[in-house]
This record gives sequence, structure tokens and C-alpha cells, in this order.
Amino acid sequence: MGAAVNALLRKDLRLELRAPQVVPAMAIFAVMTLVVFHFALQRRAVAGELAAGVLCVTLLFAAMLGVSRLFVADREEGGLDAVLLAPVDRTALLVAKALALFAFLALLEVVLVPAFVVLLLEPALAAGALARLVLLLALADAGIAVVGTLVGAIAVETRARDLLVPLLALPLLLPVVIGLARAATPLFLPAGAGELPVRWLAVLGLYDLIFGLVAYALFDFLVED
Amino acid sequence: MLYGKRLTALALLTAVTVTTGFALAFFYAPMDADQGFMQKIFYVHVPMAIVALCGFVFGGIMAVQHLRTGEPRWDLRSYVAIHLALILGVGVLLTGSIWARASWGQWWVWDEPTLVSFLIVFLLYACYQPLRFSIEDRDRQARYASVFAIVAGAFVPLNFLAVRLAQAYVHPRVFATSQGGLPPRMALAFLVCLVGMALLYVTLWRYEIASKQTSFRLRALKRKLGGDDAVGDRGRSAAPSLTA
Amino acid sequence: MTPALPDNVGYVAAAYLVFLALVLVYVVIMASRLARHQRELLELEELADRTVRGGREREPV
Repeated sequence: MGAAVNALLRKDLRLELRAPQVVPAMAIFAVMTLVVFHFALQRRAVAGELAAGVLCVTLLFAAMLGVSRLFVADREEGGLDAVLLAPVDRTALLVAKALALFAFLALLEVVLVPAFVVLLLEPALAAGALARLVLLLALADAGIAVVGTLVGAIAVETRARDLLVPLLALPLLLPVVIGLARAATPLFLPAGAGELPVRWLAVLGLYDLIFGLVAYALFDFLVED
Repeated sequence: MLYGKRLTALALLTAVTVTTGFALAFFYAPMDADQGFMQKIFYVHVPMAIVALCGFVFGGIMAVQHLRTGEPRWDLRSYVAIHLALILGVGVLLTGSIWARASWGQWWVWDEPTLVSFLIVFLLYACYQPLRFSIEDRDRQARYASVFAIVAGAFVPLNFLAVRLAQAYVHPRVFATSQGGLPPRMALAFLVCLVGMALLYVTLWRYEIASKQTSFRLRALKRKLGGDDAVGDRGRSAAPSLTA
Repeated sequence: MTPALPDNVGYVAAAYLVFLALVLVYVVIMASRLARHQRELLELEELADRTVRGGREREPV
């Protein structure tokens, strides 16, 4: 199965590299959201809890865009049928999708984090804090990727898929929101970045693990035909 | 399997238990020291919440069985379980809101982690029927609904954990987790109310499944006697169908 | 009786009424379903009568 996942993943990444639609759209949307926050919150800069919240919400909503698009291209161009005909474990398809989504989120953050620091963050981000932020975002992205793939796979078969993706994904992702916001807060303190609270890292890790297992067990049922 | 069989006895038991429970709540349990009379809402609100949450998880378990066996009757059981839990959920949110208003003068408070978690779970499960409704292929509809029910069922405990951790424990309350701290007379009244609510859920669950089965068999009979054209259009429905 | 009683009776009553209302709404829905079943049964009885009569008519006298 590893080889299948590899091949499928590379296909998705190569498609995106050749005709980038998902990542640029997410990135532009994210930066635009930061601008919206500036006006909506009526602040020149944010710090601490507010900063963590702004980053978290922006990431989440940009991710919703990515999830919506994740399966649509496959379904519309018939790529899905080709994979199903191959003697490949169905689960491989969705593992590859989840990894692709994770990669897209990582690319998004390459744009989002610097934009966020420059546009809105009150103190500059120290190097140590940046490393800790990367670790935190990796944990959060894993959760978003798993749940996003699940929800995307369910929604792609429905008629109201653009509506259903956020409706299903947002409640499910709430523990990620809580964990990310709480854990990121000490990194954005004006007085100086603090340590990552282990408790929230543990919550994120537990979430990733449980949903990863649940998704892995259920992926098969979503791709039967 | 005929669901209507022992329904009368079950319904009777439910009626007796619920009535006894409420009577105990009002006449036997002592008045709460700091909240006074309004604490009595606790005896209807918390049992509904516990039964609703168990109902959601139960729906998830039925969904697991459905995916494992592929038999549509499990899908029906899962659907009804979630459907009923959702109705109870409306009651939980309404009574919780009333309690919040009585306690703190506001119709909603974020301090109560259980209520907040419940709102999130409710919003998630509210998508269950729209999801079913928007998938036309019956087979796929049932399968996807089961996947959703399982994911959401796994989500329920995680959500409660996360929200609880996020709260600052400002208001310790007489809530489900502090059952051990209840004085014995309150605990008894609460327990009877809880059992009554659970029985009510099971009764309604069996009732609804029996009613749906009757519908299906009537349609099947009509088709047998009159041919396919005697059977009118079912109209679009989110509920699973047992007719082949 | 504690002084809290007069203020909160309304709220407690409202909460229990919510519960009662939910159960009663459910009863109403189930009642209408039962009515529909009765109607369908009537139709089925007519269908069955017609089938039986049709079978009898085809028999040679």
C-alpha cells in the first residue's frame, strides 16, 4: 500500500504544481482574511490570546476552501474511476488525499505565518517561538487533514457539497481550534514568548490519533461504488 | 422482528418511572442550599442530556453494525436513535437556557462546559438528516450516513474532554460529573429521573421503528396486490427504507 | 419556604413544560402516522377484495 499512496500523492502534488488552484486560492483568501480582521477588530496589531485566535480562525476557514476542492477535480474528470479500477487498497486513495491536504496546508502556512507576523502581530516572532509554532501547526494540520479528507469524501457525493463541508467540518474541528488557540497564546505574548503548554499538545495529539484511526477504519466504506 | 410486541409493558413502565421520578424530585428531594427551587430543573435537564448523548453514541454503534453486516435494519436503528437523540437535544438546550436565565439572568452562558459541548455536538448531528437528504442513491446514503454517525459518535467524548479542559472551572455546579457529591435523597430522585428518561428513549425508539416497519410492510403489501403502479410515490425522505 | 420560591417557579415550570411539549409533539406526529396507516389499510382491503372478485369471475360458471 505504501507504493500506492506514494504514487497517488505524487500525482496530486504534481497536478497542483502544474496548474495551481488550491494553494494560491487558500493563500490569497488567508491574507485577505487578515485584512478583514484588521478592520473588523479595529486594531493595528494583536497579541496574546487575540493573536492566537486570529491565526486559528484564518487557518481554519482557508482550510475549508481547500477541503471543498480536494475531491471535486477527481470526481469531475473521472480520475476516481481510474484509481478504483486499479488493484489498489481503497484506503490508499484517502491516505494520499490526507497527505496532500496536509502538504497544501503547510504551503499555505508558509505564506500565512509571515503575512500574519508582518501585518498583525505586535511583537516580532522570535526564532525559538517560530520553531514551536511550526511544531504546533504541524499537529493542528494533521487533525485538519484527517477530518478534512473524511468530510470531503462524504460531501463530494452529495448535492450540496459546498455547504456541507463547513457544516460538518467545523464542529468536528472544534477541539483543534481550542487546542491551537490555547497553545499558541503563550507564543504571541508581548512580554516574550513562553513555552508551549503540554496539555494542549497532548489534546491535539490525542485528537489526531483517534481521528486518524477512525478515519483509517472507515475510508474503505466511502470509496465503494 | 416485531417491535410492537412488548411495547405496552415498556410504555407503562416508562410512565410509572418518569412520574415517580418527578414526584421524588419535587416532594422528596431536599431544596438545594444555594440555588433554591430553580435547582429542580436539574432533574429534567441532566437526564435528558445524558440520555441524548448516550443516544448519539448508541446510533454510532448501530452504524458500526450496519457497515459490518450491510443489513438495512441496522441503518434504520441508527437513524431512529440519532433522530430521537436530536429531539432530546433540543429539549436539553432549551431547558439549559432556561436554567441559565434563572441562575445568571442570561439566556446563554459560556461558562458551563457541558452545555457548550452539547451545543457543538447538537450542531454536528443537526447535519445528519440534511446529509442523508442530499445523497440520492439509497445504498450510498445509508453507508455515508453510517460513516458520519460513527465519526460523530467518536467525536462526542473528545469534544467534552476538550471543552472541559478549556474552561476555567469558575462555577462548580451540581452537574452530571459531580453526582458523587449529591446528598442521598437528591441522588435517588435524580437516578429515578435518569432511568425514566432512558426508558422513555427506548420506548420511543421501539415505537418509531415499529411504526416505520408497519409503513414498509403496508407498501410492500400494496405492491404485491396491486402491482407497482398501485404504490404511490414515497416522496423524498431522509429516512432509510427497508423495502428492497 | 426559601425566598427564592416565588421568583423561580416560572422558570422551573417552563423547563418541565418544554419536556412535556416535546413528548406531546411526538405523540401528535405518531398519531398522524397511525391515521395514515389506517387509510392505507383501507386501500389494501379494497385491493384485496378486487383481486378476490377478479379471481372468482374468471372461474367458469
